[in-house]
Amino acid sequence: MTALGIDNLNVWFGTDRDRVDAVKAARFDVAIGESFGLVGESGSGKSTILRAITGLAPTWSGGITVEGKALQGAKRDREFYKTVQMVFQDPYASLHPRHTVDQVLSETLHLHGMADIDARVERLLHDVGLGKRFRFRYPHQLSGGQRQRVAIARALAGEPDILLLDEPTSALDVSVQAEILNLLTDLREEHKLTYLMVSHDLPVIGHMCDRLAVMKDGEIVEIMQSDDLRNNTAKHAYSQSLLAASVVG
Amino acid sequence: MSLLEVENLWVRFPTRQGVFDAVRGVSFTLDRERLGIVGESGSGKSMTGRAILRLIRKPGIVEADYIKLEGQNLLELTEPQMREVRGQRISMVMQDPKFSLNPVMTVGDQIMEAYLLHNNTSKAQARAKSIAMLEAVSIRDPERVMRAYPHEVSGGMGQRIMIAMMLIPDPQILIADEPTSALDVSVQRQVLDIMDGLVKERGMGLIFISHDLNLVSEFCDRVLIMYAGRIVEVCDADKLHQAQHPYTRGLLNSLPRLDQPRKHLEVLKRDDTWADAASVRGGQ
Repeated sequence: MTALGIDNLNVWFGTDRDRVDAVKAARFDVAIGESFGLVGESGSGKSTILRAITGLAPTWSGGITVEGKALQGAKRDREFYKTVQMVFQDPYASLHPRHTVDQVLSETLHLHGMADIDARVERLLHDVGLGKRFRFRYPHQLSGGQRQRVAIARALAGEPDILLLDEPTSALDVSVQAEILNLLTDLREEHKLTYLMVSHDLPVIGHMCDRLAVMKDGEIVEIMQSDDLRNNTAKHAYSQSLLAASVVG
Repeated sequence: MSLLEVENLWVRFPTRQGVFDAVRGVSFTLDRERLGIVGESGSGKSMTGRAILRLIRKPGIVEADYIKLEGQNLLELTEPQMREVRGQRISMVMQDPKFSLNPVMTVGDQIMEAYLLHNNTSKAQARAKSIAMLEAVSIRDPERVMRAYPHEVSGGMGQRIMIAMMLIPDPQILIADEPTSALDVSVQRQVLDIMDGLVKERGMGLIFISHDLNLVSEFCDRVLIMYAGRIVEVCDADKLHQAQHPYTRGLLNSLPRLDQPRKHLEVLKRDDTWADAASVRGGQ
């Protein structure tokens, strides 16, 4: 069974002369336990696909299935959020500045209808490599990497099967990026997660994902294995140029 | 004489817990070249760039023996004189276009405003020039972008708009603070090529502040590596990969590489002595 199925997906914003077709006829499947990457330039529609899945981009057509269940419109039920969670790009913007780490995680656990919240908060913090001393801190008392860890903990709170990662490390320093990517690698193994990861950084996608789709102007131009990326056997001219631009000279 | 000479620059912020030194005794010179400053967030690289333009707000304190632009000490200028320097002679592209663009003005109006401020021409010409500048930073549909508000353009596009605005007055020095971090690799090249052309053709000096070591090693002539407010190493950009300092090595090794797949990336192990060592001089 596939974890995520995207079939002939179209997403657009605006009307008439300001209408932008952000995603055009996208089609790919992510198997359970797989790590799938979406790469492309800004504006190529890669984040928009994630937003359409989570219901943040209401104007879409086509088919999205999550673990075999088809989604409709922009409404998502509770069951969906227990299956799919998202980690956003900017850890500075995605945490409430006046809520402590404890409040952020407890509230999320409460919304997921979890019992035994106190112990779970501690477990979540432990899972993402933050000690107990971080529990009652506010976001401004954390570094960027620590904030992203809290955001990941929040995503894990409902014990999801699928994580949507929208540029999870592009706001971080390379040294911190290495730590977060290592954490994501470990979590995927421990929790048997499926990743759909968006990044503009080809080496990061190559490091994290088994397969990837290259997007350009809202269309998927090529789906390939990460090994193809490494061996430089991309077929489409655009993927080749993207690759050429990101290989260390 | 160098275009810009900075001697013993300190940036301090008094806090309730005592004075915090963001930049601690940094000295370097800039000629008509591309000088890279790399380091992690919090290493003081952005503060160094802002201090040159005296953009550190109170209660922040900027101290230096001198900051000379073609022999003229910027620290002795009055605020109105300083305003003549900013934009016209030293221009700066900031990190985040979301905070640099005016959210309630269309992009077109903002670029035209920048152009009309520095040139005495008609609105029609300013408009034509603005569209030309947007095309120069490879924005596909400049007519639509001119009508758009900042929240309607992507981050990468916003940054290109900022660069277009900064280049209009033709400055002698461009301080670019992470100008391409929000951009894609392919667009990055185009933007870098634009800046490269300016350095070469017009003899502009460029201070390129970035956390991206590979980018800096490819694009710049010389690199200063900063850690905890000090310069820990200075090297020629093409020799960055042979850098000696353990901090620089750690940063280089923590990058994922397509040609060397591995399960876990190396994590930087910090050493307190790095912060204590004296600052290295960048240039003569």
